[in-house]
Amino acid sequence: MTRTFRMNEVQPRLLDETGQGIIGAPLVRPEGHLKVSGQATYAAEAKVENLAHGVLVRATITKGRVLRVDEAGVRDMPGVLAVHMTDERMIRNPAQGMMGESPVRDGKYIEYLGQPIGVVVADTFEQARDAAQRLKLEYSEEEAEVDPDNASETEWTDKEDYGDIDMAMDKAAHSVDEEYITAAHVAGAMEPHAAIAVWEGDKVTLHGSCQLVQFNVKELADALNIEEENVRILSPYIGGGFGSKLGISNEAVAAAIAAKDLGRPVRVVMSRQQVFDAVLRRTETTQRIRLAAEADGTLLGIEHRDRVSNLPNEGFSEPTNQATHFLYGGANRRYRQETARIHRNPSGSVRAPGEAVGMVALETAMDELAEASGVDPVELRLRNIPETHPETGLPYSARMLAECLKDGASSFGWDQRQSPRARREGDWFTGMGVASAARMNMLLPSEARVILTPTGAIVETDMTDIGTGTYAILGQIAGEMLGLPRELVEVRLGDSSFPKAAGSGGSFGAASSGSSVFLACKAIRDQIADKMGCGGDDLTLSNGLARCGNVEKKLEDLIDSDIVEVAQIKPGDTRKEAFSSGFGAHFAEVAVHAWTGEVRVKRMAGTFAAGRILNERTARSQCWGGMIWGIGTALTEAAEHDPRRGHIITRDFANYHMPAHLDVPQLDVKFLEERDDYANPIQAKGIGELGISGAGAAVTNAIYNACGVRIRKFPAHPDVVLEGLMAFD
Amino acid sequence: MRPFDYTRPENLEVASQALTDGATPIAGGTNLIDLMKLQIMTPEHVVDLTRLPGLSDIDGTPDGGMRIGALVSNSVLAGDPTVRRAYPVLARALLAGASGQIRNKATTGGNLLQRTRCPYFYDTAMPCNKREPNSGCSAQGGIARMCAILGTSPECIAAHPSDMAVAMRALDAQVEIRQTSGETRTLPVGDLYLLPGDNPAKEYALEAGEVITAVILPAPVSGARQTYRKVRDRASYAFALVSVAAVVKMDGDTIESAQLAFGGIGAKPWRDTEVEDVLAGEAPSDELFAKAADVLLRDAWTEESNAFKAPLAKRTLISALRDATGLSGETHFDMGDAA
Ligand SMILES: Cc1cc2nc3c(=O)[nH]c(=O)nc-3n(C[C@H](O)[C@H](O)[C@H](O)COP(=O)(O)OP(=O)(O)OC[C@H]3O[C@@H](n4cnc5c(N)ncnc54)[C@H](O)[C@@H]3O)c2cc1C
Ligand code: SF4
Repeated sequence: MTRTFRMNEVQPRLLDETGQGIIGAPLVRPEGHLKVSGQATYAAEAKVENLAHGVLVRATITKGRVLRVDEAGVRDMPGVLAVHMTDERMIRNPAQGMMGESPVRDGKYIEYLGQPIGVVVADTFEQARDAAQRLKLEYSEEEAEVDPDNASETEWTDKEDYGDIDMAMDKAAHSVDEEYITAAHVAGAMEPHAAIAVWEGDKVTLHGSCQLVQFNVKELADALNIEEENVRILSPYIGGGFGSKLGISNEAVAAAIAAKDLGRPVRVVMSRQQVFDAVLRRTETTQRIRLAAEADGTLLGIEHRDRVSNLPNEGFSEPTNQATHFLYGGANRRYRQETARIHRNPSGSVRAPGEAVGMVALETAMDELAEASGVDPVELRLRNIPETHPETGLPYSARMLAECLKDGASSFGWDQRQSPRARREGDWFTGMGVASAARMNMLLPSEARVILTPTGAIVETDMTDIGTGTYAILGQIAGEMLGLPRELVEVRLGDSSFPKAAGSGGSFGAASSGSSVFLACKAIRDQIADKMGCGGDDLTLSNGLARCGNVEKKLEDLIDSDIVEVAQIKPGDTRKEAFSSGFGAHFAEVAVHAWTGEVRVKRMAGTFAAGRILNERTARSQCWGGMIWGIGTALTEAAEHDPRRGHIITRDFANYHMPAHLDVPQLDVKFLEERDDYANPIQAKGIGELGISGAGAAVTNAIYNACGVRIRKFPAHPDVVLEGLMAFD
Repeated sequence: MRPFDYTRPENLEVASQALTDGATPIAGGTNLIDLMKLQIMTPEHVVDLTRLPGLSDIDGTPDGGMRIGALVSNSVLAGDPTVRRAYPVLARALLAGASGQIRNKATTGGNLLQRTRCPYFYDTAMPCNKREPNSGCSAQGGIARMCAILGTSPECIAAHPSDMAVAMRALDAQVEIRQTSGETRTLPVGDLYLLPGDNPAKEYALEAGEVITAVILPAPVSGARQTYRKVRDRASYAFALVSVAAVVKMDGDTIESAQLAFGGIGAKPWRDTEVEDVLAGEAPSDELFAKAADVLLRDAWTEESNAFKAPLAKRTLISALRDATGLSGETHFDMGDAA
């Protein structure tokens, strides 16, 4: 029986009372050694007999129909087993996160260059790849628009207005009105998208790289026109997701179709180029921000408009203004979003959808306001922290934004900051920048089973670990609650036959699935307390011992058979009582070359408050990763689209520049002690995306402070900075 | 990748014969194998040069120069004590290229002959005259960020991507080539490369069956300051937007001589002695350097997406010369060159 718990009211901080003492501890990941020694079996490595190999076929036009496939030309090639083209079950693109149904399908119709339109299967990977590359297709091609700035078809979101921003701009003592452009990004996870499909009768097992298993089961079943019960997904290890594996993707559907037809397991792995072709990218954005402020910098209002793009019939538009709604005050607010329907490859969620690029614009605009009003950028932010949510009026559940800004400023040495172009060593200018971080926090339904045996505990949930540390933290929560060292807790993840979890996405995974494990353990504790003859509150569990008052017993002596509890967390009324978000502050110091516009980040520090930190090591690692993405957004990363064909031409890691080691200085990450009582029963908040939110703006604001060049086009490649520098000549 | 025969001859005669018969040589394979995977190069017979004797040595030459075997890896060459002391511009250029792992595999000969990084050359959905003669040039009107602005033609605007070759051009290196006859010929490194003209598919002045056996450096210019300045889209592990190899000798307060070569902007590793003539005998100044840059760029032809390369090249040259002549006053702030 599943115990369901709704987060209707604030819960006691039980994890502060328990006795094992491992919650929050910087324990290493239990599966870490498997990963670094090659023993963790990722999707493509599952041991399956008699495997055939499929390679996806790439559409080489932007829009149109497949007229003819010269199958005969490759059928007779050695090893070739099957050519699946124009199968109407082939999905156009990966599903958006949490869709739970198949994305658009039409095996013959092409809507972006690079669309996987079929799969060739052979005995070996090399044979399949050769045949897939040689396959000749004839198309009837149609005109396709690929330029978001000149799209004839655009969709506007509903008008969203509070007060009157035009009036506020009119009476403002200081104002900012600027446009910001950010490049498209691709989540190039280290493990490319990969799947092995194995059929037994009507049932398919997919070894996949999937972030949201319970939704992916539904999506795959729907794409294949089969019942959900007939799909099992195994996704124990994922080599990075970053949103790109939220929805079922082309390789999984292709593997399942091919394997069914062939009566033999089939593996399909995307090449790196195919990842750039077909995986949902982060849209490019054009954002216009208007800020109206009083003489002392206090905001009267904010307007945040943006244009993003996606394919027709995709339900996702980058929520660019997500953090703008609640980060700063000001009674007059306006939001507009325009989605251009074009035939670039489709867009979707990429790490911190919304904040990652939206906050770069907002936090740059705030820096511009600081300059305009003569108020220090840290002080300006402090002055504009609203009492309550500026649009809903809700209080904040736990918000240490001010503390983060102040703590960060003092440990970074912010008081050493000088005016623009004041610090120059040789031909290098040096400067500092700041930006706030905010990523709203969510609680989603999530279920887990915990089994207490005489020798330890087992946690089972279809939750995933996308490299973030789920194995570590769920083991810690169970160990803490049950009084066991983490080594005695086995965590089993990523199997759709386990209880359904929230999955990994939107920074909701750890707190949601952690809460379910917590609740199941709590139920087990109650049973133990019963056996001990005391109330749950009086029970202490540590190192395999149960204690009530002066009675102490060994856990193993208390349990004659396994205790099994299944618990589910559901969001409830607390989210209507308070608004929950993680907050933080980024500080960066950069050097800018006066002649070439090269930028080097010299130091960077982030102070964050994200509720209870479950494992300081894995949390820190998330923040490092986020800040590095911030450096990429600021300085290096751009998916370049061909202006005629729309596809990404920077299709490998030599051309798509995420930060290399030399781009990343020592990153200091600090967590402030916080509990978010409204968030969930473990008082934790999401942390996977907080570190990226705002980070890029700290870097580009530092560029301004260094050399006086305001960055409004991201990334700030040397030519972008150079253009500004030349204005000083 | 298509199926291919693979042989690994133990001597040059056998290798040379196979190459004359149409085989393709492979050394480190760091470029060739990528191209084979994408079916941009589809050799039927690959001849592995890596077991050939005598091509992996670095030796002094009688006139005080250096002979670098074609199979010497980029890592070994960059770390060679003599190179670091006498030809630091070469060591720096090598270390500014690729990554540690790639440099361990990449060879001197293979580096010289690596193919362009124009992204359209690697994208078989797009027309490319270099890959498929007479199909068109997608870089024009496309994303030409990595393409050249000097020495290009209406048929092709690709840049040669090698950093090492830029340094070697500044150093007046010669390439030693074994002909099919078994004889050896040498070629100034600049003459190894052909401009695209109307046949961008033909890139090198090598005949079928010819193998690069070594690169020969003349004795170093004594007392010259050497620097390699590479500007790119991230601090390491990226091809050059613009790079400058400079070997500058001062005579008191004036420039006695300057040997300059450029990467990222030329259809081949670029050198233009008229630029050097502007500098010789003059006192260093930003104005002088700007004048030299204007000479360099007098025939520059840019696309919208790489128009920035002209001002960037100008300012990178000024910066490199400021460093080499001491004007910038900085010797310690050396960030970003050691990948
Ligand atoms: C991700 C990435 C980043 C890179 N970044 C840079 C960079 O920043 N700067 C830079 O300069 N380079 C860079 N490179 C390129 C790298 O330097 C070259 O791939 C390498 O030097 C090629 O050497 P190789 O021995 O592996 O050549 P191979 O791949 O073996 O051969 C290259 C070509 O040369 C021919 N060949 C090889 N040896 C001989 C010979 N002795 N005689 C005749 N023909 C021969 C082959 O047939 C082939 O056509 C990068 C490469 C990669 C993959
Ligand atoms: S520049 Fe040269 S390599 Fe690039 S697309 Fe044009 S022809 Fe091909």
